[in-house]
Formats: sequence, C-alpha cells, structure tokens
Amino acid sequence: MTAPTWATAPPAASTSPAPAPSLTGAGPAVTTLSMVAALRQALADSLRHDPKVLVMGEDVGRLGGVFRVTDGLWSEFGERRVMDSPLAEAGIVGTAIGLALRGFRPVVEIQFDGFVFPAFDQIVSQLAKLHSRSGGRSQMPVTVRIPYGGGIGAIEHHSESPEALFAHVAGLRVVSPATPGDAYAMLRQAIACPDPVIFLEPKARYWDTDEVTIGPDLQVEQFDRARIVRPGSLVTLATYGPGLAPSLKAADALAAQGRDVEVIDLRSMSPLDVDTVASSVDRTGRLVVVHEAPVFGGIGGELAAAVMERCFYRLEAPVARVGGYHMPYPPARVEHEYLPTAGRVIHAVEGVLSY
Amino acid sequence: MSLGDHVPTLQVLDPGGQRTDAGALPGELRHLRTLTPAHLIAMYRIMVRTRAVDAEATALQRRGELGLWASCLGQEAAQVGSAHALAPADYAFPSYREHGVVLARGIDPAAIVRLFRGVDHGGWDAAAHRCHTYTLVVGGHVLHAVGYAMGAVLTGRDGTGAPTDEAVLVYLGDGAMAQGHVAEALVFAASYQAPVVFFVQNNGWAISTPTRAHARAPFARRGEGFAIPGRRVDGNDALACFAATAAALADARAGRGPAIVEAVTYRMAPHTTADDPTRYRDAAEERRWATRDPVARLEKHLRGIGAVDDSSAAQIGAEAAEVAIRMRDACLALGPPQMEDLFARVYATEHQQVSAESAAWASRRVSHGAR
Ligand SMILES: Cc1ncc(C[n+]2csc(CCOP(=O)(O)OP(=O)(O)O)c2C)c(N)n1
Ligand SMILES: [Mg+2]
Repeated sequence: MTAPTWATAPPAASTSPAPAPSLTGAGPAVTTLSMVAALRQALADSLRHDPKVLVMGEDVGRLGGVFRVTDGLWSEFGERRVMDSPLAEAGIVGTAIGLALRGFRPVVEIQFDGFVFPAFDQIVSQLAKLHSRSGGRSQMPVTVRIPYGGGIGAIEHHSESPEALFAHVAGLRVVSPATPGDAYAMLRQAIACPDPVIFLEPKARYWDTDEVTIGPDLQVEQFDRARIVRPGSLVTLATYGPGLAPSLKAADALAAQGRDVEVIDLRSMSPLDVDTVASSVDRTGRLVVVHEAPVFGGIGGELAAAVMERCFYRLEAPVARVGGYHMPYPPARVEHEYLPTAGRVIHAVEGVLSY
Repeated sequence: MSLGDHVPTLQVLDPGGQRTDAGALPGELRHLRTLTPAHLIAMYRIMVRTRAVDAEATALQRRGELGLWASCLGQEAAQVGSAHALAPADYAFPSYREHGVVLARGIDPAAIVRLFRGVDHGGWDAAAHRCHTYTLVVGGHVLHAVGYAMGAVLTGRDGTGAPTDEAVLVYLGDGAMAQGHVAEALVFAASYQAPVVFFVQNNGWAISTPTRAHARAPFARRGEGFAIPGRRVDGNDALACFAATAAALADARAGRGPAIVEAVTYRMAPHTTADDPTRYRDAAEERRWATRDPVARLEKHLRGIGAVDDSSAAQIGAEAAEVAIRMRDACLALGPPQMEDLFARVYATEHQQVSAESAAWASRRVSHGAR
C-alpha cells in the first residue's frame, strides 16, 4: 500500500478548499502529556499553523469543553475561531459542511458518543458523500471529534462505541488513537486530511500520560497504518482505542506464563490495515480481535473475514472476537461485565491456543 | 427588522410573597381562584421535599454513592407549580432535571436515583404514574410528548368536554430549544393541534452556554410562526407557573391545541456534580438569583396569609428531611442489575444473537468467575 499523498504533503491545490499550508517552524520536541493535553496541543498547533482551522462545538469555548480538551483555546484564538455552538448536533455538523465548502477546516466536538446521532444524517448523507457527489470538486476536510467508550461510570449515552456505524459509510475515515502520542499525531493528520474524519477519542484513557512528540514540523506516521505495539509469536491480538490497555494487560499476564502474544493497535477502522494484521497472522496463525463495541456487526467481524480471506491456510484456529454484547450499553454498576477486560481477552487467547 | 426582546411576564407572587394577580389573564385567574390554602400548602410541601431530596442526592454523589447528580436547586417553583396543574389523567414528559415534577407525580424519590447510581437506565413505571422516565438526549423526548398528545386526539380523549380529556406537559430547557427535533415537535404539535404544552425552563444556562447564545427572542415568542401561543412567567413564582400552565393545559384538553410556557428561572447549582460553573459565570449573578429563592417566596406568602406558621413550617421541613433519609437508605440498598435481566430485556421476543451471547456469558461466569 502506498501512503496517501496527504500523509506527508498537502494535496495539490486543484480543488476547494485551500490545502493545508506546509508545516514550518521549530523542530519536533518530546514532552510528557496526558491524552487530553496532547489533543489540546494538536488543536492549538493546527489552529496556529493553518488560519482556516476552526474549532466548533457545545461548551468548547469559555468552559474549554466538558473534558477540557479545548481549554485555553478560546482565550488564545478568540471566539471567531473557537466557537461555542448552540445545542444542536445536526446544526454543528451541517454548518461545518457549509464552512468547509468555502475553504475552512472545521474541527467539531461532539460532547459524548451518544449525542452524535442528531448529526448522523448530516454525517452519513452529506459529509461522507459530498466529495463523491461533486465529482471530486468539493473536499470535506471536517474532523468530527467524539469522546467515546465506557469504563468511566457514566450514565446512559455517555459510554457508547459507535465506530462500526461510521466505518460502514463510504467517504468517512474512522480512526481512534490509543495513546497520548498517537492522539497528538493522529489529530494533526486528521485535521490536515482533505477527507472527513470521525476521530474517536477513548475517554477512559484521557488522563493517561506518556511521552508525546510535538512540533509543527512533525513527520507523523500515517494515521491509518496499524502499529505493532508489542511483538510476539504465539497469537495476534488486534485492537484499537480503548481496547489497547486491556489487551496489553492481558499480554503481560500471558507473557508471565511464557505465552508470547503480539499486540497490534489498528489505529484506523476505515481504512482497515489488513496488510499489517495479515502479515502478523501469517507468523502467528491465530487472531483475537478486541473492541468495546458490540461484537455483532462490529469491526472484529470485518477483520476476521478479511484475515480469513488472506490467511486461510495459515490459520490454526478460528478468529476470536472479544467485545461488547448486543444490548444497550449497560448501567455503570455492571459495565465491567460488558467491557473487554484483560480477563476476557486472556480467556479468548486461551481459547484460540487450545483449539 | 427588530424584534422586541420583551414580552409581559406573569408574576402572581412578588419576591416578598405578596399576591399581585393584576397581570393574570382571565383563564389564569380562573385557575388561581381554585387554589385553596390547602393546595398552596401541598405545593409548598413538595417544593420543600424536592429541595431536601436534591440536597441529599448531591451529598450521596459526593460520597461516591451516585455517579452523577443533576440538581434542580432554584427551579422548584417552575417544576412543582407547573406540575400542580396536571390533572390525574394528564401525562408529563420530564427531561432529566425535573425531580420536582417527578415527586409531584407521586413517584418515590428512590426511583430517581436509580439512574444516577448506575443501576438502571429508567427507574419507574411511566404509564402507572403518567410520567415518562428521564430522557438524557437533550430534546429527544419532546417529539414523544407530541406523539402521545396526538394519540389523545386519535382516541377521543381531547376536546370532547368529558372529564376523560387529557393533555400532555413536556419539560425542556433553553438549550434544548436549539435542537432541530424540537422545531419538528412544534410543527407536528401545530399541524395536528395536539393537546401538548411545552414548558420551557429558561434557567439561564445550558451547561456553560448562556441562553442568549441559543435565542435572540424570548422563548414565549418561539411559537408565533407556528401559530402556537406563548406565555412567559416568573419561574421562581410557583403560582405564576401554576396559573399559566393550568390555563394552557385546560385549553389543550378543550381541543384548542398546543401552547408554550416559558418559565424564567435560574439553575442555582452547577449543571451537574461534574460541572464547575466558576469557569463561566459570575458569583454575583448567582448571588442575585439567590435573593429570589422560589421556596422562600411561597413560604413568605403562606406565612402572610396565615396558612403556615413556625411550627407547621418546621413540621413540613422535618417531614421532607425524613423523605430524603428514606431515599438515602433505599439508595444505599440498591445493588447492581443482573446481566441476565439486561440480556432478557433487549427485545420483547427471542433474538438469536442475544440468546447466544447471554448463554456464553453465563457459561463463562460459571467456568471462570468474574475477572
Ligand atoms: C443531544 C445532546 N447533546 C448534548 C448533550 C449534553 N448536555 C446535557 S445537558 C446539556 C445542556 C442542556 O441545557 P438546557 O436544555 O438548557 O437544560 P438544563 O441542563 O439547563 O436543564 C447538554 C449540552 C445531551 N445530553 N444531548
Ligand atoms: Mg438551561
């Protein structure tokens, strides 16, 4: 697979809107940030670097967002670039589309996963399709940031994982960082990308801290290429976003028993980097896919089918999927029963090993 | 073109608790005249109870017993005054902050905290209490209320003059008025002349977003283009809230269609226990509104007319404290829901995937325990 041109350089200026200016300025620096701070840094650097970038959403201004991702941006960049939107998600995404039509690069925040659905029509029927409908004339460089996933003891609609609903829609790129470093780099790329990006932020990981490479000149890896987080040989564990932490925990526990598991962070659900997973499975012969979203109709099923097509003769066991159930996300007091905990991941790994 | 920012605001009790019916319309006056001191005491009792329950729930959240709490502090008059106008056959659709409405409908406060404790997504039998469960998606329930009211017309329970006529009272906030589906609700209500009253609690804020960011004209005027009449009331005056809502509900039951009541009030507490309002609003604004306390205003009135004295006020306070303590004890006894039940309630009829997942869950439970 060749890297898309926009991953390293702005697109040719043939279509609206104007391409992102090239990144210039200080070289990269390494600093320790929480995921929230890394996302904020990515927004600030993008706002600074491209005057067409706008931040829009409910309570993103003075309050700095309910998770404080946009904290300080309103005072630094002003209310014309960091806009508190009226309480209307269809309005937020719909007006972002109009702004993109005249060259802006809106980054919209949806307050919580469960509140994206008033905007679903605008995302599915307009945002995803305008590039195609316009014969490629209208690019839609809109980033839709959505804090998603569970594990924070929240009330209904605040813990959902809707990625499969978006991945099913042609025209949308759907990605999710799992670490502060990726949060920075991937958000920079999402904003620079001329396609609409559904940017899913694992809110349970918001307060994790890690080393983050920042800087306007940052050479970022392509955000739709999977990353081998932990090499191993017995089983491939493929996951993304909020699934990475329990997968790594499971891998640690299994390593302590001498079982050496390879953990892959997919990063992107659309496109899905089947190449990286298939070449891992060619080595291990076994695959377990982990995500919080319901297994039924989920990304794990798509990956399992793609790997089955590519690695049929190498597979030593059926692909196992660990994820949420086909039920509304449960009340907080039992969410641990629903989430793909390390224990459930280990159980699945043992299953494919004993097949 | 300029739109007047001002519409008359109905006030029946002035901040000192003095009765000033002068601004009331004939329909509103009719309903005010039906209020006996016993009615006023009943209203007051539920407002005091609401405040006690609200304070106890906030305390429970601080101690980690609730995941979250959305306080209705300062909005007791808007909620209880309007809910007092409901006839038993009417139906209420609260949003998520209308604890005063829920208590006025006779629902056990322990049912409210189920959702906030994370043991349930609902909490009570909506049909039995003629009060829908909370809807957390802002404005999501407003169309449901309109549909429910359309059903009253379809079943001959509206405009017949019989005591079986019903109306629906739906609660929403200033922020919710920005949602597209709320505009659709107004269209449907007007189109079908549904017996529904939109009770808009304009409490000044939608989390950190002030009302002026959502509306450049009073919500009482929002219905003009839909031919839905509107009325603005002092939302910290229980009697004004009662009178305007009672008149609107009576019109709706009589087949005269929908209406909007805008109650101008103030969210005295943070948006929820997860919010920090010092980041976006002035303490001076909060202090200003604290002087317009709705519970204190009704109490002053009741004392003024001799319906309440020190000892009866203390008794009502003690009874409210007891209700709050019972709620706390019931809350602490609430255990987690059973996964088996959650699987079982996804569909009304059998579903292969759910059955398979439920069975797999149970067998893993047996072979591995919880881990
Ligand atoms: C569709 C949707 N978007 C966002 C939210 C997050 N949210 C919860 S309450 C709220 C503000 C609501 O303000 P308002 O309607 O004025 O009601 P109030 O909270 O003041 O009672 C927001 C943005 C939500 N619950 N639903
Ligand atoms: Mg409000």
